[in-house]
Amino acid sequence: MASSTSMTGTLFAIKRYALHDGPDLRISVFFKGCPLSCLWCHNPEGMRSGPEAHTSPEKCVACGACLLACPHNALRAAGQTLIRDPSACPACGACAEVCPSLAHEVVGRTWTVGAVLDEIEKDAPFFEGTCGGVTFSGGEPLDQPEFLEALLVECGRRGWHRALDTSGFAPWETLDRIRRHVDLFLFDLKHMDARKHRACTGVDNALILGNLRILADLGSPLQLRLPLIPGLNDDEANLRSTGLFAASLPGVRSIDVLPYHSAARGKYKKLGLAYPADRIPPANAEMVSRAATILQNCGLSVRIGG
Amino acid sequence: MTPRIDRLRQQSFDAEPSISIERALLETRFYRDNYGRHSLPVLRALVFRDLCEKKALYLGRDELIVGERGPRPKCVPTFPELTCHTADDLHVLSTRPMTRYHVSQEDIAAYESDVIPYWTGRSMRDRVFSQVPEEWRAAYEAGLFTEFMEQRAPGHTALDGTIYSAGMLDFKARIAGRMNRLDYLNDPLAADRAEQLRAMDIACDAAIVFAERHADLAWEQAKSETDPLRRAELVRIADVCRHVPANAPRDFWEALQMYWFVHLGIITELNGWDAMTPGHLDQHLAPFYAKGLAEGTLTREEAKELLSCLWIKVNNHPAPPKVGVTAKESGTYNDFTNINLGGVQRDGSDGSSELSYLILEVVDELKLLQPQTSVHISQKTPDRFLKAAAKVIRNGYGYPSIFNTDAVIMEQIRVGKSVEDAREGGCSGCIETGAFGKEAYILTGYLNVPKVLELALNDGRDQLTGRQIGPRTGDARAFATFEDLYAAFARQLDWVVDLKVRVNNYIERMYAAHSPAPFLSVVIHDCIEKGQDYYNGGPRYNTNYIQCCGIGTVTDSLSAIKTHVYDARTVSMDQLLAALADNFANQESLRLRLWNKTPFFGNDDDRADDIMRRVYDSLFQTIDGRPNTKGTTYHLNMLSTTCHVYFGKMLGASANGRLAGQPESDGTSPSHGADRNGPTAVVKSLAKMDQIKSGGTLLNQRFLPGVLKTDQDLDKLALLVRAYFRLGGHHIQFNVVDTDTLRKAQARPEEYRNLLVRVAGYSDYFVDLDLDHQEEIIRRTGQDMG
Repeated sequence: MASSTSMTGTLFAIKRYALHDGPDLRISVFFKGCPLSCLWCHNPEGMRSGPEAHTSPEKCVACGACLLACPHNALRAAGQTLIRDPSACPACGACAEVCPSLAHEVVGRTWTVGAVLDEIEKDAPFFEGTCGGVTFSGGEPLDQPEFLEALLVECGRRGWHRALDTSGFAPWETLDRIRRHVDLFLFDLKHMDARKHRACTGVDNALILGNLRILADLGSPLQLRLPLIPGLNDDEANLRSTGLFAASLPGVRSIDVLPYHSAARGKYKKLGLAYPADRIPPANAEMVSRAATILQNCGLSVRIGG
Repeated sequence: MTPRIDRLRQQSFDAEPSISIERALLETRFYRDNYGRHSLPVLRALVFRDLCEKKALYLGRDELIVGERGPRPKCVPTFPELTCHTADDLHVLSTRPMTRYHVSQEDIAAYESDVIPYWTGRSMRDRVFSQVPEEWRAAYEAGLFTEFMEQRAPGHTALDGTIYSAGMLDFKARIAGRMNRLDYLNDPLAADRAEQLRAMDIACDAAIVFAERHADLAWEQAKSETDPLRRAELVRIADVCRHVPANAPRDFWEALQMYWFVHLGIITELNGWDAMTPGHLDQHLAPFYAKGLAEGTLTREEAKELLSCLWIKVNNHPAPPKVGVTAKESGTYNDFTNINLGGVQRDGSDGSSELSYLILEVVDELKLLQPQTSVHISQKTPDRFLKAAAKVIRNGYGYPSIFNTDAVIMEQIRVGKSVEDAREGGCSGCIETGAFGKEAYILTGYLNVPKVLELALNDGRDQLTGRQIGPRTGDARAFATFEDLYAAFARQLDWVVDLKVRVNNYIERMYAAHSPAPFLSVVIHDCIEKGQDYYNGGPRYNTNYIQCCGIGTVTDSLSAIKTHVYDARTVSMDQLLAALADNFANQESLRLRLWNKTPFFGNDDDRADDIMRRVYDSLFQTIDGRPNTKGTTYHLNMLSTTCHVYFGKMLGASANGRLAGQPESDGTSPSHGADRNGPTAVVKSLAKMDQIKSGGTLLNQRFLPGVLKTDQDLDKLALLVRAYFRLGGHHIQFNVVDTDTLRKAQARPEEYRNLLVRVAGYSDYFVDLDLDHQEEIIRRTGQDMG
């Protein structure tokens, strides 16, 4: 049997000096692949599992190196630009390897647990004597449960604080296995209404809310987060039921409100995807303060951002 | 801010920098009449006394702390005994677009008739330049190094607490006591010491006379003053000036005026580098502040107003006008007075006090170019102080800068200073470590390290002019291994440091012989005890620094050569040298490959950081421990000030993909845009440099205001700083940038790759965002900044 450090999984990024994914200074490990498809997703590169290759034509210096390097004949020149044939491209990364101007990029690659730990280790001096540590995010980390568990266990062995940023959409058995290795859950509450939740995210919320309730009952440390999406979940009814539900959970006293922004638009473009939230306006200060008041009235303390 | 401070500040802000030739005229006349009649130390002291007796005084309305070096704020004298400006220089100074100093046509004419004829061939600069070897001159002109002493006196003068417990009369008594103990029978230098001590004694008198004249002037103004409040202030000023600097100060006001008279004396006597700094001002003033509050003779607001007056005084004193290379390496009005806050006291206890916070308030309110303020953070410093400093940093002036007290102490202990003296030391100028009040730590000039590599790649020839500058270390195309190249680099380095030290030691003797500084010597331990001048080994500690520039550029260039030429063998040395010589003309794809596909310094990547360590070690081995002429040694310093821009102009294209003429990396920061893994990676890379073996390093970090918005963000900034210091960092400073920079970042993204912006719930690199979103951030930032 392979040792746990040689186990592999797919990540799309590891970000050092992550300031907004948990307490103090953190390093964020982004898992690739997610069972949800939230309209406002700000990490679209984390939606699909497996690596993806794409090209920023404006960076291309037309040196031709990638055309020679591609072993799958998936690239061809078209005037001053390049066309990638997605059906022929397995995202092997040969083009990115040779491209001098970083016009080609492969998002998502296979990591061993050991390699991820080496990367986290680099920032470990910044955790010393603080609540800083590692945050597993995505995509949905629970979608690669064995890999996630191995990472959590190894991080725990090294004394690093472990946060898990999750939608909570996973079989309870999975959560039950990993929960004892998590020091803090960053748990999203996207919509309280099952039908609307499905419309916005593609999945039902019953499993999510049920999981959250059990975690709270078991005393898992929870930091709830509400992505505030104008027109989708910012109506008073939803905010009230979100607030009341949150306040009913043992150990939960606060909620973070994450106002929607359109920062991810460029990422969709780069990935060749349509931007599903095209008509959603950014959350303005008035919406945010109104939402905060409603949530506060449910007995929660509210933090904007987080 | 009180209305008084608002007016004084505005006046200081609005005053146009100008040149006064009064000092030059007085000094020239004095030299004409007296040169040869006295020993040099006594002559210098008499010149100083003459200036103190005759120079035009200024006592502006509203002022509480008094005294100007020139006849009015921002009016700067010249020092023809060091560098005698030509009429052309004065014209250039008066008309150049940057750092201009106004000079009138009449003054230029007077300079031509009365000053220039006497000093031509006699000034320090003329004498030095007439003596330097051709080899040195060629290297200097090629931009291989700069020379600090050609226009300004050797410097780095910072004070300890001595002047707050002893006045000039006390110093005179100490001098007399030392005179009595001179041993003419057994000490061959007794006569020299006697002259030096006599000179110091005269200098003490001069400072007293200068203050007395201000007392008289204040009294005169009081007599005709109709406003009773101002009249009372003038009477008080007169009283203060009669008491200090003759005697030790008795209260907060006198302590500030005491410092200011000493500061003025030192920058009038000579124009030493980095002006003068009070050192740990909060520690020095804390007892006076506490006493005043306890006795009810001082309020917090009064203390703040008096401190503000001192701050404005420093701002009234732009750097002496520089020309030529020196203007390029230090093209600023800033004269680098650097006030230290926090740190530890002589007994090792925490040095921060309520006064430290009050001074941060002053800094935050006044937003002046000068003085610089730095906060000194030891393991004992409370987080509250670091966070108070972070709040000021957030406002985006780039200060206070932050120093690691524990590292600064270790650096000094390594070179043999006592623990107590090291604790009382700190950092002055930009980041230079020294024992305040006890050390002459002399910057000798910047060394263009990437240029040394350029020589190694070109068999000792300057890539820009083709001129043979350094030794012939071989055709790089024949170097079979990276080790061969490195050996050539090490040989070039050895040669250039030899050359630099040889000439500096000569200049050092010139200053010791011809330009002693008796007044400065009075206030620096142990000049009186030794009977020796500040420039002649009088201080307790004597250090020479060579400041090494471009560690990022040279590391990245070596890394690029190692990666592509020797390891992957995908680029031949021939191909590389041809591309560098052509400044990458028609070689954009090669340039991008070097720039994008090389491990660079600043990413916590050992492949690059190991090269940095090796270069740093070579610099250390080559420089540290070389003897100066004062029985002590040279050390390494890693400062660049603005010299990396000048050096970059003198450097051809480099192997890291940098185009000819572009700036080199600054201080010990990574090359512009080379660090892409965030500040923790930068800090980790920097920490691999054994900074304790230097006399200071400098790390610039650029942040957007949005990253430091909430108090929680400030906490995280503090965590980053604490971690860097735990890892052995010497210094870090943060630029919180504005829209203008963002616009530039859009135009030249590859230079701004490390610009971190807060997007919303997370942070990202500005240049990694698409145009639409960059625009969105710019708009948002504009709103943030109101």
